[in-house]
Amino acid sequence: MAAQKEAVMRNVRNQIALANAQVLMNSSTERCFTKCVPSPSSSLSSYEQACLSKCMDRYMDAFNVVSRTYMSRISRDRLENQQAAAFH
Amino acid sequence: MSDNLHFDQVTQKELTSFIEREQAQAKLHASIQRFTDLCWDKCMSSKPSTSLSRAEESCLVNCVERFLDSSLHMVKELENKRAQLSG
Repeated sequence: MAAQKEAVMRNVRNQIALANAQVLMNSSTERCFTKCVPSPSSSLSSYEQACLSKCMDRYMDAFNVVSRTYMSRISRDRLENQQAAAFH
Repeated sequence: MSDNLHFDQVTQKELTSFIEREQAQAKLHASIQRFTDLCWDKCMSSKPSTSLSRAEESCLVNCVERFLDSSLHMVKELENKRAQLSG
């Protein structure tokens, strides 16, 4: 029973992680393609490949900055709401 | 995964709240993804460099904060309009 429960939880976590990763991949690919391959030719040049690699790293950086900013905003807003509720 | 799992009520409740937590987490992740795309388009210079510049980073931070301010502003605006209509 406990093992089955663990299996269900693991399954749910894995599926969500996979879905998140897919969205992240699609989104970064589209944005970096737009940036790095403005006029597609008969093959990807080494310059374009280098640009794509860098772009992917910067996309992850941007994701992390946005994530940090959003999380701290959420906890700041929550704190302010608590203080407002305590005050009234 | 077998087709017929039979969990007792305590386990069912536990699983329900687990899934609710995971869904909330996934929603949060989806918002972060949406903001990243929105702010990427606004903030990133044309050619990716070897690290985020200070300007890009502060643009991303401002972009998220101001988007959330805008979102709150729209909600307030809507509430005002509704109050005017009913008042």
